[in-house]
Order: sequence, then structure tokens, then C-alpha cells
Amino acid sequence: MRKNMATTKSASKRKLEKVEQNGKSNGLVTLNDQEESDEGDYLQTISDNDTTDDEGDQSGTEESDGEGNVIEDNETDDGEDDGSEEAEDESEDQSEDESEEGEEDASEGGEEDETESDDSKESDLEWESEASEDEVIKPLKIDKKLKSKAQSHSLDARESNKTSSKEKTIDISSSKNIESQGSEVQETSKDEYESGDTSDEEDIRNTVGNIPMNWYDEYPHLGYDWEGKPIMKPKTGDTLDFFLKRMEDPNFFRTVKDPQTGQDVVLSDRDVELIKRLQSGKIPDAAFDDTAPWIEYFTSDVMKTPLRKFPEHKRSFLPSKSEAAKVSKYVHALKMGWMKTRKELAEEAKKKREKNFYMLWGADDNSVEEMRRIENHLPAPKRHLPGHAESYNPPAEYLLDREELRQWKKCQETPWKRKIHFVPQKYKSLREVPSYPRYIRERFLRCLDLYMCPRALKMKLMIEPEDLVPKLPSPRDLQPFPTSMSMIYQGHTDMVRCITVDPKGQFMISGSDDLSIKVWEVSTGRCMRTINVGGVVRSVAWCPNQALSLVAVAADRKLLLINPGVGDSLVIAKTDILLKEEPEDSSAIPERVKAAVQWEQAKNEEWAAGIRIIINHFKEIRQVTWHGRGDYFATVMPEGIHRSVVIHQLSKRRSQVPFSRSKGLVQCVLFHPVQPMLFVATQRNIRIYDLLKQEMVKKLSTLSRWVSSMSIHPGGDNLLVGTYDRKMMWFDLDLSTKPYQTLRLHGTAVRCVAYHKRYPLFASGSDDRSVIVSHGMVYNDLLKNPLIVPLKRLQYHEPNNDFGVFDVIFHPTQPWVFSAGSDKTIRLYS
Amino acid sequence: MVAKRKKKYESGEGSAYMSRRAALKKLQLTLKDFRKLCILKGVYPREPRKRKVAQKGATGIQTLYSKKDILFLAADPIIWKMREFKSHFKKVGRARAMNNQDQLRRFMKRHPTLPLDHIVKERYPSFIDALRDLDDCLTLLFLFSTFPSLKAVPRDHSEMCQRLTMEFLHVVIAAKALRKVFVSIKGYYFQAELRGETITWIVPHHFSFQPQNKSEVDFKVMSHFVEFYCVMLGFVNFRLYNQLNLYYPPKLTQSTGDELEKKLVDENAYVSERIASLNVELARSGGNDPVEEEEQQLDQFVLSDNPEQMEKMRKEIERTRKLKTLFKGLKIFVNREVPREPIVFCVRALGGQVSWDKTLFVGSTFDEDDETITHQIVDRPSMEKQYISRYYIQPQWVFDSVNAAELLPIERYLMGAILPPHLSPFLDETRDQRYKPPEELELLGQEVPGLAKKAQNASDEESEEEEEEEAEEAEGEDEESENESSDMDDAEGVEEEEEDDIDAEEKERLEKKKKMAVTRGKLEKEDPSVERREAYSEYKLREKMIKNKHRKLYKSMMEGRTKRKKEAWLLRKKRKRIEEEETAAKKAAKREKKKAAAALEA
Repeated sequence: MRKNMATTKSASKRKLEKVEQNGKSNGLVTLNDQEESDEGDYLQTISDNDTTDDEGDQSGTEESDGEGNVIEDNETDDGEDDGSEEAEDESEDQSEDESEEGEEDASEGGEEDETESDDSKESDLEWESEASEDEVIKPLKIDKKLKSKAQSHSLDARESNKTSSKEKTIDISSSKNIESQGSEVQETSKDEYESGDTSDEEDIRNTVGNIPMNWYDEYPHLGYDWEGKPIMKPKTGDTLDFFLKRMEDPNFFRTVKDPQTGQDVVLSDRDVELIKRLQSGKIPDAAFDDTAPWIEYFTSDVMKTPLRKFPEHKRSFLPSKSEAAKVSKYVHALKMGWMKTRKELAEEAKKKREKNFYMLWGADDNSVEEMRRIENHLPAPKRHLPGHAESYNPPAEYLLDREELRQWKKCQETPWKRKIHFVPQKYKSLREVPSYPRYIRERFLRCLDLYMCPRALKMKLMIEPEDLVPKLPSPRDLQPFPTSMSMIYQGHTDMVRCITVDPKGQFMISGSDDLSIKVWEVSTGRCMRTINVGGVVRSVAWCPNQALSLVAVAADRKLLLINPGVGDSLVIAKTDILLKEEPEDSSAIPERVKAAVQWEQAKNEEWAAGIRIIINHFKEIRQVTWHGRGDYFATVMPEGIHRSVVIHQLSKRRSQVPFSRSKGLVQCVLFHPVQPMLFVATQRNIRIYDLLKQEMVKKLSTLSRWVSSMSIHPGGDNLLVGTYDRKMMWFDLDLSTKPYQTLRLHGTAVRCVAYHKRYPLFASGSDDRSVIVSHGMVYNDLLKNPLIVPLKRLQYHEPNNDFGVFDVIFHPTQPWVFSAGSDKTIRLYS
Repeated sequence: MVAKRKKKYESGEGSAYMSRRAALKKLQLTLKDFRKLCILKGVYPREPRKRKVAQKGATGIQTLYSKKDILFLAADPIIWKMREFKSHFKKVGRARAMNNQDQLRRFMKRHPTLPLDHIVKERYPSFIDALRDLDDCLTLLFLFSTFPSLKAVPRDHSEMCQRLTMEFLHVVIAAKALRKVFVSIKGYYFQAELRGETITWIVPHHFSFQPQNKSEVDFKVMSHFVEFYCVMLGFVNFRLYNQLNLYYPPKLTQSTGDELEKKLVDENAYVSERIASLNVELARSGGNDPVEEEEQQLDQFVLSDNPEQMEKMRKEIERTRKLKTLFKGLKIFVNREVPREPIVFCVRALGGQVSWDKTLFVGSTFDEDDETITHQIVDRPSMEKQYISRYYIQPQWVFDSVNAAELLPIERYLMGAILPPHLSPFLDETRDQRYKPPEELELLGQEVPGLAKKAQNASDEESEEEEEEEAEEAEGEDEESENESSDMDDAEGVEEEEEDDIDAEEKERLEKKKKMAVTRGKLEKEDPSVERREAYSEYKLREKMIKNKHRKLYKSMMEGRTKRKKEAWLLRKKRKRIEEEETAAKKAAKREKKKAAAALEA
């Protein structure tokens, strides 16, 4: 019986499982039903038990008492009493079965029969308790000698089963503990290990350990014993045996198979009851009183009498003096501010961290307090403000197209060459605008600029370029001056190099590369005469003496004095008469002059052509110019070195070489209009000689490379110089040897300059085919500077080789100007 | 007695400058400290007039500081503070290395601070000077207010920046000083006028902080600047608040508690609370609005001798007067997708009322379903629920209206409309060489070349097309009719010949009469082109009279002018091309549409 008890504890659950399994596997409805009804019974019994608590309790306690006494012996139970037990059990089971069957019927019959069944249950219980009493008594009879005998197989199995299933059925074992506790409470003197429920005493035959036993399903053995021999599975009968067993064996429902040993184990009544209680959720030990009053050994209530026997010391009631002293010290320190609380400290620290702002500057916005500051502070310039291109939604033209983008990207290495430092972007709406990736970098660069970039004060020009152009009177106010071309004199077959107008302004003579000179009537443009001079004409000059009709023509090495035969016939005749006779030479001509120049009377043919006198020079003549009176004239031979300037006197037919030493390549010479002075222009300088005193008066430096021509103002105080390096210089002879004004009116070399005799006009011609007429007013007031205003650019000559205008000359009385050009024409502008 | 021999570089330019190396030696500072000192004190290198002499004959280019500046640095007590810092850090480092926590804590408690107040006063003698130099300060602080804490940027920096910039925005709102706004790809440019000084600053777009390469950006340098600028802006703010009769510091957030903590908990909530604070009037410390008084005074005292300038000033004053009440009476609701801060700032600064979705952000003053809302700013193509009582416009309307100083017509800014270009308000009007896009000319009220034509085109477009089609259809008929008419002419000719003989005499007589007749004289008009040519040639001659001294300058100026002209021309050309392309595309689309319609019908 005890054996059964032990198994129940561990295997009661398993039995139930097994029962269910059986039902399922065999498909036996009746049996199944029975089992179910069993369960139902259990439930019923639980419900009923409540009513019969008191009785049960008592009986329970008795039982346990009995049990407690007996257990010692129980351990040593052998198979013999098993057999008797079983026999008894069988009978009990049978009766139970019957009663249950009856009960089942009753339950089937209706609910009214419940009372009946209850009764039967009660009886059942009673019966059980009796049985247990029997159990208790029985072992006493067992012979103790048998103890030492070999333990039965079933017992072994039971023991091993117990250990293996111990953990699996914690709930059950715990309930058992409770049960045992209950007994303990009542009998404290009892040894708690008496029941033998300790792991030390567990007798384990199968050494496989705690493994799922189904691993051995395929093998004939179950495991191994201590000697290492396999423990064979006990023989199981076939299904017929099983069926028979079920049919016949009244203990079949409480027979459980031990998986550890493979043996069938029959559960005892106690086991069954325990299982029932567990299933119904009751405390396993029926004897345990769970509603017993609770004894509080240690309560929260203050007890009237102390547990300790001695009283508290006096000092525990009195305040500490040393502490008081300390506290007063602290309080004093706090009062005096020597010590601060943590809160105060934290606040202080916070205050310290926080910046405290106040009225830093004086009341006035512009008030400045005296203190040491940076010397000569230069505030940093502000950043440029953005243009349309930087907008998030710029006009379409600011966006870069493919080509521009390529250009932009090309300047990766040289970003300063980019027109804009970013790529303009267009976003459809504001929410799409992302952050600018270079923003922080740009701000950083600005910071660098602020503290690393050297600063200097740069004056910024706030003027427009127009402000730099000098304010001059409008040309309209300075009329008259030639404004348009009015006449073209055509006839020459080669470039026209020089022109001259007669003192009255009626006729004009031009000299050309076609070895001839032509006489033109100014007003009609008619060519009056053509005189072949047998050389390239480089210079012509009409004699300013109105009593003579005479022109000096420089043709290669000859200087021809020609009577053009136009104009007043009386004057022509008189001139002829005058020049027909050679004056008597009183003095001998010096050798060096003779070597340079020879005078010669024209012969018949030449006379007929109009040539009156021929002066042969030893070098090519470049220029001829008359003195204002018309008696003296000078010729220039640039290659003549120290004899490059020769002054001739017409009345005496005599020549002089004024300079004994060369001062440079003489370009041109000029007589002063009123004073006996000669201007000699070398390449860079202009020297002014006094002819009476035979000395140099002044030397003007032109600051240019190559002087081409010069002209003197009729007043005689101002000189205009044209140079091949595109400049014109206006010299005020009273002021300085440096030019008063340098004019760069032409784009190319200036070949000729000319003053008007009456009007405040001057003109210049250059290789760019243009004639520029300017206003050049000289005031009588010495303090007032001359006013120079360019008036008109006249560009009518056609391009021909590289030259443009060779000569310009004003009409003596009218505001007209003539120009001789390389396009074989002479033009008159009025 | 022999005069002492003069040595080189002992006087003049040679002695006025100091190279950086010499300055470091003189001040006994490391380069790092020197840099910080220069930043704080506002000392910068100078460009000498004669570099060779200033460098004492050394070749290459040195960084030269004025000797006086260096002496000035040496005299400042802050230099001692920096040395103190140095020793302090040494102590702290040692304590840390020895793992002496007690000592470390004690040292950390006694962390020295740099007093910068006197430097602010020294660098900016008067308040106006400080205002004049506020551009860089504000731009940098606005940037730093978005920064997280970095190694070189302590957290309280960005916190301080946020506080100060917010305070400044409040001043601008209270003084109604906002003048111009520009949304660029870099950020929002704002221009305000405070005490007669124009201040321009940039607020970066959202998410402006990105980690930077060390070689690109040195945050340490920027943080030195920020350190100084924080103090400066604090004092400026204090002064401005004081002048506007406002309490300083203002109470910007309603809820109490440590701001820092809150920020750490929820950054977004913190930011939205800051924006919400923009929507609240600041507490005044009594007295009436000083802005209005100032305005009245201005009207009376503006006097200038130059009438042109006077007119300009008058216009400017008129503009500001209009601006100050630009959004007055408007109730503007900002949708949630619109960047709120700039919009709220603009509208509030110019007298409007703003609100936003109260479920998303705190501080909204009215709800979306308020019927008195006049405008709702949306930045999405369409909306499901719309109210009839208000306009749905895009945010650009606000900015363009501020720049135009009037409420622009909303047609072009309606929800889903393609926006007109956003133009910069900062460009100088006086520059003629600059290219002005047609939109700008339109804004200025000037005649737009080609615009009138365009308008005409637009109206005529449809009719034109119809005509075209008709013409196409009629072409075949025309040809036939022409042929007919030519036949007719031939026939007439034959008839005329017959008549000729009869009328010959008569005709002759008539012709004679015609010849004899007195014809009316024509008034000879001066050809403007000739005149222009003449004037040009005159100018060209006059140009040649420029003094030699100015010749190069004039040339470079003219070159610049032609370059600018060319650029403007290029832009104009590009614009024209784009417009042509657009119209062509439009036409093509229309034609195709028609074709498709015709096909469908068929």
C-alpha cells in the first residue's frame, strides 16, 4: 500500500494521461465514458467535500497520524504485502466501479438523483478511510526479518520512478510538502527525513539519467544498471492481453506504467485520492486547516513592555553639546556668509556663467568715451549683397545653361575666374529649398577675412568716366570752321606731297610725285597750269610778297623759283622783269657755300615753262620756307649734316649756311613772323636762333621721337609741332621749353600742322587720312592760357598705300582748309 | 660733434610695422593665443604703402601688424587672463592625469572667465559704431544658434546664440524696423534699419549644420568670434530694449524651468516654442511707443539742398511709412509645410497677425477655421478643404510684398500657381549698366520693352491662329482668283490702247500743267541719326583731350562699362531666346491639342 502511495505522488498525473491515451488508442467508448464519468465524479466529490469538511478533517488528521507512525516500516515493505494489498484493492475497485456505474446511471437519469450519488460518495469516502486504516495496521504485522531480503523488482522501480519524476511533478511534490508541513506543525519532534523522501536515499538502478525515455523506444532495453548491463524492457502483452487485463483487472484504472522501468504500477487509494484533490485544486493534504487563525509573533504594534530588559541611556534623551557647538558654528558661518548652502552655490555658479548685460554706452547714441583704442582703425568692408542670381527662384536667364555650367565646372582649380561663385538654382516652392552646403565654409572664410586679411585705406572713385573728359565749349559756339568737304582737285597722277596758296587766296599750287606742279584756281577747282619740274616735288611755298608772283618749288636737289603766271598780269610782268637780270655780285661767295649751293638763271625752255631761277643744292631738298617779307627763304636738306640749312636771299641771289656744326637731323625750319628768328627742328628738339645776334635763344624739348613739321601762330608766341609718334605739341614760347599741351588727336603719325592766319584755327593731317581742325584761341591777356578745342575731324581722302594726308594749309582769308593726300587729290573743306 | 648715424628701418615705414613672428615674440604668446587675442580685440594686419621697406627688406609677403596695435595688445589685461588660463589648464591636466578627482573638481569650480565687456566698449566707441558692425555678428550668431555641441563649440554657446538672436528679432519686431527680405539659395537675407543704420543678416535654411572637413572649416576660430559677438550683441540688445522701453531680458517662453533641460528633451518642441514667442508682444516698461514719435520728427526735419536727393529721401520715408503698417489688419494662417520662422517674423514685424496649426506647434493664436482669416499661406499644390473667405497664397507673396512695400496682387501667387521670379531688393538703382530683368522693370514701373507687344500677342494669339488657319484654307482659292485678275488686267490694257490716241493732246496739256504747278515746299527736318553721329564724333574728339594722367583710368572704366554692357546684352539675349522657346512650345502644344481634338471628332 505504501508503495502505491509513493507512486501516486509522482505518477498520478501520468496515470491520467495514460488513461486518456488508452481511451483514445483503443477507441473503446464505454471505457472512455467511464473515465470521463470518473473525472466528473472527482469534481462532484470536490464540491461535496466542502459540506463534509469537518468530518474529513478529523479523519484526515487521524490518517496522517497513523501514517506518520507507520512510514518507517513502510519503507521496508516487500512484495508479499503487495499481493494482499492488491487483492484488497481489487475488491474495493470493483465495488467502486459498481457504485460508480450506478451513479452514472443516476446522473444520466437526472439531476434530482444527485443527492443519491452524494450519499454513495460519502460512503465511498468512508470506505476509503477504512481502507487506509487497514493499511496502517497491516505493516505492523510484517515480519521484520524480511527487510533484509532482496528487494522486489517493483520496489526498485518505484524508487527510481520517484526520483525521475520528482522534478516533473513539482506541484504534486510541493503539495506533499504542505501535507508533511501540516504534520510537522502538529508533531515538531518528528524527523523530517523519516519519510525517506531525500535524494540521498533514492535508489537509482537505471543509470541513463534524466533523459526523455522515448529515446529508448526503439531498443529492447530501457537503460543500464550499475554494472553496465542493459536493463531489458519487461514483456508487454499484446492487445488481447491488454484488453483482457482491462476487462478483468479491477485495478486497471489505477495501473500506471513507469517509463523508467517499463513496469506496471498500481496506484494506491491514497494516491488516487491525492490526485483527485490536486485535480480539484484543493490542498493535497486533506488534514490541513487553511482557515486556522494566524498567530502573529512579531507585530507592528508597540508593545507595552519592551522586549529588552535594560532602559535607554540618559544621553540618548539629551541633545549633544558637541553637535550643538558645531551647528552653531555652521549657523554663524552661514550668517556671516563665510559658508554657503549648496543651493546658494549653484545659483552663484549659474549667475557667474550667465552674462550680465548693462548700459555699456553713454546715453547718447554717438557719445564716445575717451579710452585707448586701436590706432587709425579701418572698419572691415561689408559683404556684397546678393543679386538676382542668388534667388531661390531667379528669372530664367540667370540659370546656367549647359555650356555655362561646363565653363563653371572647368574653373574648379581657379575659382576666382568664375563670374559667380555658386551655381544658380531654381526651386518651385519654398519648402523644397535645401540648406546651402557651402554656407558654413563661407562664414568661416569671412571670419578669416576679418582677422587675417591685411587692411588698407583705398580711395574709391565715385566718378563716371564722362567726368574725366574735360569740359570744353561746344564746337557750335566756336564757328566758323570748316565742317565739310566742298571741292576736290583732281589731276595729279601720283601722290600730292605739298600745296601752297597764293597770298590772296585765289590760286593754289600743288607739288606731286609725278614730277610736276599744278596751279589750281581755288574757287572753281580748275587746273590752270601744269609745270614739269623734273623731280619729285617735296615742298612748294608761295612768296608772301604780294608784289611778286613767285613760287619756290623744291624738286629733288633743285630749288626752282617759278612764276606761275596766274593772277594780276602786271605783277607777273614785273616779276619777270625783276628776275630777268642777275644782280651784280659784289662780294665773293665763300667756298663752303659754293660747294653746297649754286644759283642759276633759267634757260629758254625753262623760262618758257615759267621757271625763272634754279638753285642747285648738293643734297635733296626736303623743305622750303619763306620769310614773312618775301626776300629771304630757307631750304632744308636733312642729309646735309652741318650744311643742312641754307638761307637764301632773293634780291642779292646769295646764300648763306648759318650753322657750322650739325645739331642733328634737321627736319624743318621756320621764320618767326615778325622777329628775326629762325626755328630749327631736329628730330627731338627745336632750337630758336636769333638771326641778328647769331645765337641760340631757346631750345624746346618735344619729348617725342621724331618731329615731322611745325607751324607758328601768326602772333609768334605759340608754336605747334607735329610728330611722327602721333602727337602734336602746343608750345607757349613765353612760358616754358616744355609743351603747354600735348594733343593726341590722331591715331597715326602726324605729317603736317598749320595755323590759320586770321581765325583762331589750326589743323593737322596724318597718315590716318584725316584732317582735324581745332580751335586754338590765344588771348592777349598774358595770364590766360590758350584755349584748345578740337572741332572737327574731316576724313574724306581715300586710302592709297600707307600714307594719308601729306599737307594741310589754310586759306589766307577764309576759314577753309586744303589737304593734299596720297590718293592723288587735293581737297578743300569749308 | 658728429651727428649720430642714421640706420636703416629705424624710422618711417620701416619701423611702423611688425611681422607676426616678431609680434609673437614680443607678446610671449603662442600662435593660438595670439590668434584668439587678435579676434577678440579686433586687431588685424595692415597693408603697408611700401611693402619692401615695411618688411625691412625681407622678400616674400609677410603678415604685417602695425607696431602700435601690438603694443596696444600688450597693454590689455586680458593677456594676463590668457596666461592664467594656460596655467589653469596645466593644473587641471595634471589633476586629471593623477586621477585626483577632488582636486580636479576644485579646479573646475575655479575656472577663470574672460571679461570682454571693456573690449566691446573699446572696439565700438559709440552705440552707432556697434550697430554698424552688426552684420557679421548677426549672421554668425544665427548660424551658431543652429549648431549642436561640438568639440570646439560648447553647448552654452549655441544656447546663448539662440537667446540673443531671438531677442534681436523681437527688437526688430517691436521697432518695426524690417525693411527688406530676400530668399536666396543660401538663406534668408533680412535687412532692418535701427537708429538709422542698415543692418543685413542671413538666417540659414533648415538643417544648416553639416559636419565639415577639418581643412575646410576651423570651428575654433569661429567660436572665438562667437564668444565676442555674444557679448557684443547682448549689450546692443540691452541698449535697444532700453530705448524701446522694453524690459530686458524679455521673458520669451511662457513655461518655466530650465531651458537647457527642455531642449535636451525635445529639440523640436523647444524650437517651436521659440517661434511661438515671436508671436507675443513684449512687456513694455511704460511710456508710449517711441517709434511713432521718431517718425513724426523725421517728416519735419528732412532738408537737403539737392532736390533730387530730397525727392529720393522723401520716397524712402514714404516707403518706410507704408512698410510699418503693411500687414496691419491681416490675419495670416501659416500652413504646416511652410517654414514658419521667417514668415512669422516678417508678418509680425510689419504689423500683421499670424497663427498656425495648434495641434502641431504651440503658441497659435487662432485656429484654421477662424472666418476672419484673410490669408492662408500654403506651399503645396492643392488643398482639400478650402475656405471661401480667405486667399490661399504661396509664401513668396509675403517676401515680395515686403520688398515692394505694398500688398502685391495675389493672382500670381495663388496656390499651385507658377510663381513669378523672386528678385533681389538689394541691387543699386543708380547703376545703369546693370541688366534688369523685365520683372524688375515692371516692379519699378518702367516701360518693359516687348511687354506691351507680348500682351497684345496674348490677346491676339487666338485670333491670329484662327486667321492662320483661314489663310491656309483660303490659299488655294486665292491662287485661282489671282489668275483670274491677271487675265482681267490684260483685257483692260487692250482697251486702253484704243483710247490713247484720243486723249493724247489732253494728256500732254495736263502734264505741262503739272510741271508748272507750284509744289509745296518741304520742311527739312534734321535727321536725328546724323545729329547723333555728329555728337558722337564730337565726343570722340573731346575724349582725346583727356589728361594723360586720367587716360588709363578712363580706358579701364570704359572697358568695365563695355564689359557690363556686354553681360547685360548676353542676359537680354538669353531671356529673349527662352521666351521664344516657351511661346513656340506653347503654340506647338496648342496645335497638337487641336489636332487631337480634330482626330477625336473624326
